Amino acid sequence: MLQALADGILTGSIIALGAIGLTLTMGILRFANFAHAEMITWGAYMALGAMAIMGPFMAPLGALSFGLPLIIAMVIAAGLTSVLALMIDYLVFRPLHGRPNDMTIVFSSFGVSLLVRMVVLLIFGGSAQYYSNTLQIAVPLAPGLRVLPDQIFVLGVTIVSVVSLHFFLQRTRLGLAMRALAENPTLARVNGIDTRVVIRWTWVIGASLASVAGVLYGLTVQLRPEIGFHLLLPLFAAVIIGGVGNVFGAVVGGLIVGLAESLSVFVIPPSYKLAVPFIILLIVLYVRPTGIFGSTHNAGAK
Amino acid sequence: MSSHLFEARDVVAGYRPDLPIIQGVSMHVDKAEMVTIIGPNGAGKSTMIKAIAGVLPISSGSVTLAGKDITHLPTHAMAASSIAYVPQTENVFTSLTINENLLLGASSMPKPKALEQVSKAYDKFPALKDYRDKKAKVLSGGQRQMLAVARALLTDPHLIMLDEPSAGLSPLMVSDVFARLRELVESGVSVLMVEQNAKAAMRVSHRTYVLAEGRNRVDGPSSALAEDPEVIAIYLGAGGRKR
Repeated sequence: MLQALADGILTGSIIALGAIGLTLTMGILRFANFAHAEMITWGAYMALGAMAIMGPFMAPLGALSFGLPLIIAMVIAAGLTSVLALMIDYLVFRPLHGRPNDMTIVFSSFGVSLLVRMVVLLIFGGSAQYYSNTLQIAVPLAPGLRVLPDQIFVLGVTIVSVVSLHFFLQRTRLGLAMRALAENPTLARVNGIDTRVVIRWTWVIGASLASVAGVLYGLTVQLRPEIGFHLLLPLFAAVIIGGVGNVFGAVVGGLIVGLAESLSVFVIPPSYKLAVPFIILLIVLYVRPTGIFGSTHNAGAK
Repeated sequence: MSSHLFEARDVVAGYRPDLPIIQGVSMHVDKAEMVTIIGPNGAGKSTMIKAIAGVLPISSGSVTLAGKDITHLPTHAMAASSIAYVPQTENVFTSLTINENLLLGASSMPKPKALEQVSKAYDKFPALKDYRDKKAKVLSGGQRQMLAVARALLTDPHLIMLDEPSAGLSPLMVSDVFARLRELVESGVSVLMVEQNAKAAMRVSHRTYVLAEGRNRVDGPSSALAEDPEVIAIYLGAGGRKR
């Protein structure tokens, strides 16, 4: 039970990181971006590529399975994922934005997601890959609870990312502009905010967090071109549970989805695990369609 | 070059380029002048000031402020070019605090200057200070209007445009808002406002433009227009009943 809780928190924190980026872009750009999950795949593989270029492995840091190159690769991957997101925005989403039919842009994001996944498949191949082959010894934290040092690292990175994002949104002018844009784009422009600049930064932040989530997923599970695709629906579930546009909601939503998945094995056969986020999603949509932390205001702003 | 502080000439604008709502409207505002735009529903009053503010595209005609052409300036650049716009509804960010709303109004300036302007705004509108860290959604209609005006004034604009500043306010609040605007005009700022509440607006303003079906109908000193039988019959009558 304790072990399932820990596993749930771990999966949940990775989902949360991906969901934050998705909720930010959905809140500000006002469309469901299905390509967001592929940012996770792209980021994970860019880090793999960066590590391959950096050459032979350096000694692992402490009890972790990886060394400094992975951390450097994570930063490089965040940069490369941001570049990809900005390119997609420039080539695909921006020309379609503001069209009378909102579904055009949503479907184009499906197309983009397929394209990105296939490019990853083409470059890196379809078999599972790992950042490191170093074997790790699980540390017993409590009776019946063992965690890998890497898993503690994952949790640490998630906490640092969430806390820094919170301070960025609350304390900086750009963060304030992002919150303003999410509520009312026209009024934001009237206030003198250049919304194009804010949108660009939103892509950079969302893509960077997705890329970090990808690396963390690759670190704790494995790298496959489908990781983004498999996370897509849990991400959307987390965003909707937390309320679109709500960063804190996305974190809680991610944890709920992660925990529900891992705890469900006590109640239903493990093969049904993937259906759990949907059951929660259905319940939330039925009881409180704006999400747990969503305001009625955001719901009105499609 | 125009001799007026603000001048709009033959402006054609609308939500869609093929469906202009404003079909060649001209108007001007001088320094420290208060001008009202009235007209029946659908006359294009709000559309006109939205187009001036850059919220809607202008397909032809020109808009100048202090001799500078601002016709096609992007919306966000308006704030920095001495023209401020207060929309009729949703004119404050309800999910943000009062202080954050004010800081946003100063988005176009460097941070130290912005903070200085915000503290000046609190001096001008002391009532807002008590709500500094409260979310704007707790404010009443009148308080929101006050916050919206305070925010618009942060950039020290030459011209402030308001879309129905009296909408939804109690009669007492209406005269308070108009008195505030009057003070602004006395301090040298120009005001251009759209009003349904035509009688009250004409009492406080210097000049009035009457629009109908997207064109200029009549204009002149407010006091003279308020006596004009045509204006009374068509517009003041309708506006008066509404309130």
